[in-house]
Amino acid sequence: MTDMASLMEDRAAAKVISDNLRKPVDWDSPKIARNIKKRYAAERRFKSYGLVAICLALLALCTLALSIGSKGYSAFYQTYVQLEVTFDPAVIDPERTGDPDVIGRANFDALIKQALRDRFPDVTSRSDKRDLYGIVSGGASYDLRERVLENPSLIGQTRTIWLISGDDFDMLNKGYIDPTVDEGDRRLNDKEVAWYNELVAAGAVEKQFHTRFFTSGDSREPELAGIWGAAVGSFYTLLVTLALSFPIGVLAAVYLEEFAPKNRFTQIVEVNINNLAAVPSIVFGLLGLEVYLNVMHLPRSAPVVGGLTLALMTLPTIIIASRAAIKAVPPSIRQAALGLGASPVQTVTHHVLPLAMPGILTGTIIGMAQALGETAPLLMIGMVAFIVDIPGGALDPATVLPVQIYLWADSPERAFVEKTSAAIMVLLAFLVLMNGLAVYLRKKFERKW
Amino acid sequence: MSLSFLLLAVAALCALSFYFGRQRAVALSGGRHSNLHSLPVHYGAYTAAWCGLPALFLLLIWYMFQGSVIEALIVSDLPQEVVGDSGRLSLALNSISQIAAGGGEHLTVSPEIVDAGRRLANLQTIANAALVVVMLSVALAGLVLSYRRIEADMRARNNVERISRAIMIVCSAIAILSTVGIVFSLMFETLHFFSKINPLDFLFGLEWSPQTAIRADQVASEGAFGMIPLFVGTLLITLIAMCVAVPVGLFSAIYMGEYAAPKFRAVAKPALEILAGVPTVVYGFFAALTVAPFLRDNGAMLGLDVSSESALAAGLVMGIMIIPFVSSLSDDVMSQVPKSLRDGSYALGATKSETIRQVIFPAALPGIVGAVLLAVSRAIGETMIVVMAAGLAANMTVNPLQAVTTVTVQIVTLLVGDQEFDSAKTLSAFALGLVLFLVTLGLNVFALKVVQKYREKYD
Repeated sequence: MTDMASLMEDRAAAKVISDNLRKPVDWDSPKIARNIKKRYAAERRFKSYGLVAICLALLALCTLALSIGSKGYSAFYQTYVQLEVTFDPAVIDPERTGDPDVIGRANFDALIKQALRDRFPDVTSRSDKRDLYGIVSGGASYDLRERVLENPSLIGQTRTIWLISGDDFDMLNKGYIDPTVDEGDRRLNDKEVAWYNELVAAGAVEKQFHTRFFTSGDSREPELAGIWGAAVGSFYTLLVTLALSFPIGVLAAVYLEEFAPKNRFTQIVEVNINNLAAVPSIVFGLLGLEVYLNVMHLPRSAPVVGGLTLALMTLPTIIIASRAAIKAVPPSIRQAALGLGASPVQTVTHHVLPLAMPGILTGTIIGMAQALGETAPLLMIGMVAFIVDIPGGALDPATVLPVQIYLWADSPERAFVEKTSAAIMVLLAFLVLMNGLAVYLRKKFERKW
Repeated sequence: MSLSFLLLAVAALCALSFYFGRQRAVALSGGRHSNLHSLPVHYGAYTAAWCGLPALFLLLIWYMFQGSVIEALIVSDLPQEVVGDSGRLSLALNSISQIAAGGGEHLTVSPEIVDAGRRLANLQTIANAALVVVMLSVALAGLVLSYRRIEADMRARNNVERISRAIMIVCSAIAILSTVGIVFSLMFETLHFFSKINPLDFLFGLEWSPQTAIRADQVASEGAFGMIPLFVGTLLITLIAMCVAVPVGLFSAIYMGEYAAPKFRAVAKPALEILAGVPTVVYGFFAALTVAPFLRDNGAMLGLDVSSESALAAGLVMGIMIIPFVSSLSDDVMSQVPKSLRDGSYALGATKSETIRQVIFPAALPGIVGAVLLAVSRAIGETMIVVMAAGLAANMTVNPLQAVTTVTVQIVTLLVGDQEFDSAKTLSAFALGLVLFLVTLGLNVFALKVVQKYREKYD
């Protein structure tokens, strides 16, 4: 009974299906039209997701650039204060020796303090005086010293001189300190703001291009700190990196691409290179710390060690790029050279390598750009030391641009925020230059065989 | 004599020997090159190689061992009670090297240390002088010996080519050497660490506070070295980064590859690549000074308590960094899907998005998974963003608004500054490094395998 019923049901269902099948699809029916409309809407939605994704990424890029640029552009200018400085012979050179040694050791700070006291004669209390001295940077005395050493006839005269201002004062002049907020909430008290206003009213405050930022080393005082030391350190580090990773990388690529037999050793090397390219950079730092510093006892904080570490890191990049460039040279070139009697080594050095060189150089420049921006492994090998002097060689203690950025970003002074952003701009400018060069090389020498 | 000067001297000797070797070959040929087995250049290269290579090899070996040999000599002369105590020993060595460098007048040290400092300075001078003498004589000996071996029928080219091939093999082996170096240096210090701390406590411990006491009687003399909180923090930040990078990267790859007009692509693609070229320290600064305060202020407006070192800020910025990585890898993968699949789908009347979602994406899925895994491994190993924007306290939390710390942050904090190499605190950084290395290596090997298998499928 139940069997019969289910059979009947199945028959009925089969009939419905076959009826539907026999019926031609009416493409103009409202149902199909609705369906198509829905599908096209989905299509547009999907496309807009893609557009939104790209816009989000570009928005992030713009935000990054804007936030760095807006924070950092002011660091290229520095506030200077005009003061009447009396080059008092009693302070500079009491015995009138004219000896540069004596002048070099003189207390030029005292001259500046005297000039400030003369400018604001009604400041008397000790703590007010200390605040007053903050108007001018501690580094201004070095400028005065150089001025006098250059021109000893200044001694005994009174001159109107622009002196570099202290960082808080600089921040006030650039508008980063708001004088309208409550006195307790800002770095400068009301008296200092009043002095500032008085100086501004007298036309004795001015912003000048901050050359010192490009020419001096690091400093605890933001207004005296510059990136030259870090730039030189970066230069030496990259020099060592390039000197090691370029020849080693190219030779390894040539071997793997042109000479290596297909055996286990080559296979291991290949897998190894691919994996090394993805090892986190900090692990290379640990390797450098252990091998170069603990085992080989190379000097800490030296560009040599940084270069050695970064060379291992950029090696895979260079090898992979060089292999691609060598692979792109067509076999007919090799066959022609071999046919004319060149040895395999001659074929490679006379024909394949010169043809692959633009590609190799492009890869090398990109690898160098990566190395220039790398920070983490250098922290491990002690390149984070506070170093004022400009390094004179690859064995001197030094720091590099990205590490300098990291150090300044960690500093509490407000003025270091703009210095950090400005240093980032300089670093990015170098990177843009390097990558631009790589793109130019690729465009200029690109050929289709 | 400084190192660069020494290298210059050896280079000059090489150039000289190249010239001599070539001259000799020319002289032997009697004016007809066909009398020679090889070109004159090969004879020059032969002598130059024998002059320079042994000397450079010697220099390398010398620098590897000079430091440790001299230190061993100095240590052997120090009094027993200093040598026995590793803390005092490293202090003593420090002052000795300061004295040797000409400073250290302000140090108050025993006369033995001052003596040792002088001895160290002496030894260093001797070592440097000896290096110069030995290196230059090796170079000269190489020059003379190889010069005398030059004859008209010597197979100079084959010799030079054999040498250059050997150099090439050595260069390719350096890639292996650095992996071996990484593994060994991490292993060595990690085993050292495990002799102080139980490995199980390290791997499964739920508390991380590596501050150990310097003196035994201090409070909190026992540090806790459980890495689970660090991994939870790392994974939390990685997850946030992936939530940003995967959808944005994937969709921009799809739009770039399928929809964008060539003009738009020509602008947008390099712009995305710029994101990949920005140094991580810049992203770190951006995260710490722009994104984190923005999130904190907006969170406060919504009544949320956002930490100023929240995992969210670090994760978001890390995600931005990884977008181009994901997008270029998935672009690669999707462009490898054979055209026939796409054409078939269009022929059945599917729209573009239907083709992408129902044909291309499933076909490319293994490759995309591989790409995402590579991105994950990169996020786990990323250092500067988290060092600058994430916190230091090892909180066990999955709340993205709170501060967490990561493995890389801890490695940096433990190793920046002065280290003593026998405290568990310093050594734990190496153990963390080993774990980090193994995890990223595993992810990479697996991801590369997946991608490769996928490529083979469509090749």
